[in-house]
Amino acid sequence: MSDLIQLLTPEGERVEHPEFRFDPGPGVDEAEMIRGLLRDMVLCRRLDTEATALQRHGELGIWAPLLGQEAAQVGAGRALRKQDHVFPTYREHGVAWCRGIDPLDMLSTWRGTDHGGWDPVATGFHLYTIVIGAQTLHATGYAMGVQRDGLVGTGDPDRDTAVIAHFGDGASSQGDVNEAFVFAASYNSPVVFFCQNNQWAISEPMERQSRIPLFKRAQGFGFPGYQVDGNDVLATYAVAQAALQRARDGEGPTLVEAYTYRMGAHTTTDDPTRYRLSEDVEHWKLKDPIARVEAYLRRNGLVSDEWFAELEAEADALGVRMREGCHALPDPSPLSPFNEAYAEITPELETQRDEFAAYLSGLQGAAPEVTR
Amino acid sequence: MSTVTLAKALNLGLRRAMEEDPKVLVMGEDVGRLGGVFRITDGLQKDFGEDRVIDTPLAESGIVGTAVGLALRGYRPVVEIQFDGFVYPAYDQIVCQVAKMHSRSRGRLRLPIVIRIPFGGGIGAVEHHSESPEAQFAHTPGLKVVACSNPVDGYWMLQQAIAHDDPVVFLEPKRQYHSGKAELDAAVGPGPLFASRVARAGGDVTLLCYGPTVKTCLAAADAAATEGRSLEVIDLRTLSPLDMDPVLDSVRRTGRAVVVHEAHMNLGMGSEIAARITEKCFYSLEAPVLRVGGFDTPYPSARIEHEWLPDVDRVLDAVDRVLGF
Ligand SMILES: Cc1ncc(C[n+]2csc(CCOP(=O)(O)OP(=O)(O)O)c2C)c(N)n1
Repeated sequence: MSDLIQLLTPEGERVEHPEFRFDPGPGVDEAEMIRGLLRDMVLCRRLDTEATALQRHGELGIWAPLLGQEAAQVGAGRALRKQDHVFPTYREHGVAWCRGIDPLDMLSTWRGTDHGGWDPVATGFHLYTIVIGAQTLHATGYAMGVQRDGLVGTGDPDRDTAVIAHFGDGASSQGDVNEAFVFAASYNSPVVFFCQNNQWAISEPMERQSRIPLFKRAQGFGFPGYQVDGNDVLATYAVAQAALQRARDGEGPTLVEAYTYRMGAHTTTDDPTRYRLSEDVEHWKLKDPIARVEAYLRRNGLVSDEWFAELEAEADALGVRMREGCHALPDPSPLSPFNEAYAEITPELETQRDEFAAYLSGLQGAAPEVTR
Repeated sequence: MSTVTLAKALNLGLRRAMEEDPKVLVMGEDVGRLGGVFRITDGLQKDFGEDRVIDTPLAESGIVGTAVGLALRGYRPVVEIQFDGFVYPAYDQIVCQVAKMHSRSRGRLRLPIVIRIPFGGGIGAVEHHSESPEAQFAHTPGLKVVACSNPVDGYWMLQQAIAHDDPVVFLEPKRQYHSGKAELDAAVGPGPLFASRVARAGGDVTLLCYGPTVKTCLAAADAAATEGRSLEVIDLRTLSPLDMDPVLDSVRRTGRAVVVHEAHMNLGMGSEIAARITEKCFYSLEAPVLRVGGFDTPYPSARIEHEWLPDVDRVLDAVDRVLGF
């Protein structure tokens, strides 16, 4: 039997799995829940295409698209509880969406007005991490803190807390990620390592990082690992949910490998035609995470045309909001780097800031064009 | 021969080094089929094969650490770090292992490794893609650090660094990879690798720069010339060792010096150069040596990086100040 955990086939058929099942939770209507997941995925896709277009129009410096990874991100994102904490890479726009982050706040990093536009404490969604793999250690340490605060295994669903770290297949090669596995195992920390194996690390295929399926590595570190169909939102939700619950129950770390595919480029500056076969892309299009949920809902009469029309209108509105809002994102003051470098500015830096401020105002008087 | 960009010149330099010495290997993330994120290694894997142009796993400590082993085995690895901010996962290998192997082995072991780092800002990138880590390496005994600023130097300096028996941190101004071309005449051989160069002669103030700021300083000298001021621009080229003689000669003539770099000023290259000038030609100085650099803050977000980076105006402002003394 295949290791891949699947609950909804690419054709939109529900299938059973001996260990995992899609459970929307008490009092939640299943069809309603699935429509909600579809809505999230559709809006995330729109968010992503809109941002890609904004980059093409020069409004963003660069963008890391999530096209094809909507199910992995929305499944994991919706399985979180309010008190859980997320440590993302730079591509987790779908998880950010599920955490209620304003899409405009997601754009600011890529536009270059900010290094992270949201409040990590209020949202439980930490800042994007660009240095590959570094956040897996932060997540593990955070989980060690949660443990020390007595917030695992209390049995109170509003208190027990899990931490999730997102990373890619390429990241699995980094020392930091392997060290995170060691620490998490050693302290039995309440952390879920959620790897989106999208097959590529820029131009390098999965085989360059590992000879065995990634989820199997967990065993070597002493905790369970699962491989889930990353294009199946019911399965990613179910597996993430179980892994997060294990963490909240105080049973320690889990590695989840969401097996998916990066349909677009690595970033808007990348050219995948230099290394990737177009047949592969065509093959993966047939596994589109959105199409299969739509097929399931339609076939079973669980959704109406009006519902889709409303969703499309909502997506259009999101697009408009992003286009208008992106342009209006304010540039920071040139003095902000000085004020933000430390909690308590140093006397030296204060002097440097004041001299620079005087220089800038002198320039404005003398030759306005040089301040751009 | 041909007119090429810095990116192409580096590519040709690598190609020639690989042709001349079968022990030369190129290693890094995406250097193979993609040709590197900046295409510096474009086409090399096709011509030299996967054993000589090695697409590595995504792990900088792993890349440099295995380069150490390959060098110990007689190879000459040329390592590509994708962006300046990603050299830090390899920092331990570079400063604790690469830098010290020769002295630890009392000269019995050599590590002819070149670590290529695209450095500097001004490309509108996100975090960690615009840093200037040169002082961290120049501060480390056992490493040599050079920075090219134009296609001709890129072509020759890279080959010389590869042929050199000590580990060399090789800094490439990424902002200039594709901006501007120069004539590459292979018949005209290189000057010495560890030597600075007068990029423009002048008599009023000496500007000291390297990598991306050479262009800024030359533009500042052009602008100053329209006001009848003559600035001498010295491209340092080598940061460790520093080649101070041409610098001191120049400052003895002009009596005034400004060091310009993108890196933070606190304990940066400018501090070292200013100290050496003060020690060696104190009596020739008409003004203190000034520094124009990145401020002592983390590199800012892209929309304000142009304020943070030294530009022509800030250089000219410093020139005014040394002349006004
Ligand atoms: C330490 C470090 N080295 C190199 C890079 C440049 N880089 C950015 S993304 C990337 C590939 C990442 O692949 P993967 O971990 O599979 O994540 P994906 O982007 O495919 O989701 C590389 C090499 C980086 N950001 N950090």
